[in-house]
Amino acid sequence: MDRRKSIKSIILGSVAGGLAVNGCKPGKEKPLVESTVEVNEKHFGRTPKEKELIAELNAKEFFNLHEKESLGVLCNLVLPANATIGGAIEAEVPDFIEFMAKDIPEYQPTLRGGLMWLDHKSNADFQAEFKTITEIQQKEILDTLAYPDIDVPEKERPLEIQFFSLVRNLTLTGYYTSKIGIEDIGYKGNMPNVWDGVPEEVLAEYNVSYEEEWLAKCVDQSKRSIIAKWDENGNLVT
Amino acid sequence: MQIKESSKIYDVIIVGSGAGGGMATKILGDAGLKVAVVEAGPFFDPKSPEQQTQLKWPYESPRRGASTVRPFGDFDSAYGGWEIEGEPYTRKNGTKFDWFRSRMLGGRTNHWGRISLRFGPDDFKKKNIDGLGDNWPIGYDDVKPYYDKVDKLIGVFGSKEGLRNDPDGFFLPAPKPRLHELFYIKGARKSNIPVIPSRMSMLTKRINEERGVCFYCGQCSRACQVYADFSSGTCLIFPAQKNGGQIDLFVNAMVREVTTNDEGKATGVSYINKEDRKEYKLKGKVVILAASACSSARILLNSKSKQHPNGLGNGSNIVGKYLHDSTGASRSAFIPDLMNRKTYNEDGVGGMHVYTPWWLDNKNLDFPRGYHIEQWGGLGMPNYGFGFNPNDLNKYLGEKVGGYGESLRTDVKKYYGSVVGVSGRGESVAMKDNYCEIDPTVVDEFGIPVLSFHYKWSDFEVKQAKHMHETFEEILHNMGGHVLQERPSKKEQYGLLAPGRIIHEVGTTRMGDDAKTSVVNQHQQLYEVDNVFIVDAGPFVSQADKNPTWTILALSWRTSDYIIEQLKQQNI
Repeated sequence: MDRRKSIKSIILGSVAGGLAVNGCKPGKEKPLVESTVEVNEKHFGRTPKEKELIAELNAKEFFNLHEKESLGVLCNLVLPANATIGGAIEAEVPDFIEFMAKDIPEYQPTLRGGLMWLDHKSNADFQAEFKTITEIQQKEILDTLAYPDIDVPEKERPLEIQFFSLVRNLTLTGYYTSKIGIEDIGYKGNMPNVWDGVPEEVLAEYNVSYEEEWLAKCVDQSKRSIIAKWDENGNLVT
Repeated sequence: MQIKESSKIYDVIIVGSGAGGGMATKILGDAGLKVAVVEAGPFFDPKSPEQQTQLKWPYESPRRGASTVRPFGDFDSAYGGWEIEGEPYTRKNGTKFDWFRSRMLGGRTNHWGRISLRFGPDDFKKKNIDGLGDNWPIGYDDVKPYYDKVDKLIGVFGSKEGLRNDPDGFFLPAPKPRLHELFYIKGARKSNIPVIPSRMSMLTKRINEERGVCFYCGQCSRACQVYADFSSGTCLIFPAQKNGGQIDLFVNAMVREVTTNDEGKATGVSYINKEDRKEYKLKGKVVILAASACSSARILLNSKSKQHPNGLGNGSNIVGKYLHDSTGASRSAFIPDLMNRKTYNEDGVGGMHVYTPWWLDNKNLDFPRGYHIEQWGGLGMPNYGFGFNPNDLNKYLGEKVGGYGESLRTDVKKYYGSVVGVSGRGESVAMKDNYCEIDPTVVDEFGIPVLSFHYKWSDFEVKQAKHMHETFEEILHNMGGHVLQERPSKKEQYGLLAPGRIIHEVGTTRMGDDAKTSVVNQHQQLYEVDNVFIVDAGPFVSQADKNPTWTILALSWRTSDYIIEQLKQQNI
């Protein structure tokens, strides 16, 4: 069944008080934000062909179990959970990387080769696979990869360093585009609202302000639902 | 294979459903004409739960919105791109032209930037100013009444500024600037570069009972489910249908050619139905091409007959010539003052709230045409790519780059919203030598011969791009920024993007007073076939440093009025 939500006139921010949520008022007055805004979580706007491609990619498996486990250990080192919020594992980053490896096949040799390099290095230094050595030992290896010489262009760096950069990038992007990561970064949008400018305290913090002359050109949000009318010279009169 | 022919005779057949086709549908449908709209892609309505991408979260896409499939990412509302499987095109002599097509009802209006600028008086008469290219056969005063009507019908926010070549219109009020835009205003003014509220077609205020008002999700590129921004389907074609218009919509129908009779007059179009891959014919008294500048040129060139051996309306050999796109170059900067931002919802409208119109006199410069400046930045929704190279900016603070663990979390937050960018979009000079033509050696998957492009930027555009970078650096420095990347070299044409990348291609069926040097007259009517009209950007004589959509809409309306008049007088 479709899980349909109707987001009703939720707003706030700086247009508070009497202006906000007036969707329930009787009479002809329109709500400040459309009460008809709907999202259907079952779809995200794919064409039939795009759906097929996703199904095709999902049906394939790129990493084997050992690789997936090693990747999980690595992702967790890149972005572990902390006392207040989950990390890469809670955000299911390894599954995301599995998908991206199939979606962008150019990543495959670097990802697979890099994981093998990690095991080889770990076997050589600690006589065990990367996923099984201690965290201190794992970090000892990562410390040789995680701080590239920024004067060397990325493509000219050794494979293992490129590999680590790629995993770090995918881990962070996978994390910060997940529900947990969006909460962590504090992104507040993607919902109906009425923009009425930068909050006062933020303007003050940065020592900037809106000029009267500029504000005179801007929308009076209390009148946003009143149909626009102009005089013959293009002056808005409503 | 027998071609299936419909017995119905339409008053007009409109090929393409973007800005130009949509406007013609609205005006001619409202006038009571029998209209067929033929669109190469599927039906699209941003309100449809299956097609909607607005208000989706990045994690609803398994690739988190990456651009693997759609060039502007999974959530962008364009079905198509610069490359479409089964629909190739070729390039001649080292040309780097890229051709963006969006195959869907409403075409590219579903995802466009909504920057809605009128051309000014000078923009129609550039030859008078710098001696280059040609003047339009019409001037601002001819188009002004239609710009006014488009403003009121569709809605555009902006401000009255009294700038001579950036004429004011009937504006809705503008949204307040975001934080980085306030920084931009300060930075630009320090160099005496003007900044004014942007002019874009989102409804910051209600204009009628049918369309909603902007709810500031910043996602106009995803197309708006309450129809609060302009797209052709939601604002023109659906209203024309609801208004009782006799409009038959043919979707997934790829037009091959305009059909003609023994007298050489157009009788309709033939198209391939993408579902059964068979050829069909439609009959009409008037054919209006609105398939996009290059697609309409392609249809004309492929419409060869005994009467029109060189393609329809191409006795002049001008069809496909004078192809030109806007110039484009961009730069970004890290603004240390914007580190560690308190987060709040600043999605705003989809795109910039302020912009810089062209402000200099080319007489004092080493290139002939201007550009406007757009900008971006802010606390946007994370998407694929967010968090890449999470602390590269440490180098500007003398801190170590790289690492892993909890420190990355701090770094990502530290830099969130601290990078801003500016982009120049400028006017190129239309050249006869920049053109598209039919490549007879290649067909698309529908068996239709494809286009081949020949295009080279001249010194004019390259020098303009250099000036853009000098300006960008100055503004970004004024904002307290560390400009990122080196200035592109002369060899790299100063970062000038390949033609076609800005997706403002125009000029392939240009208008003029002389049938020998132009394809259509000032009413966008083919000189050689009086019942064929072109209402996309093909007829543009020159592009201006403005985005073309508002002018496409105004001219399509003007042409539609002319068609109604001509049909009444039984002239066509």
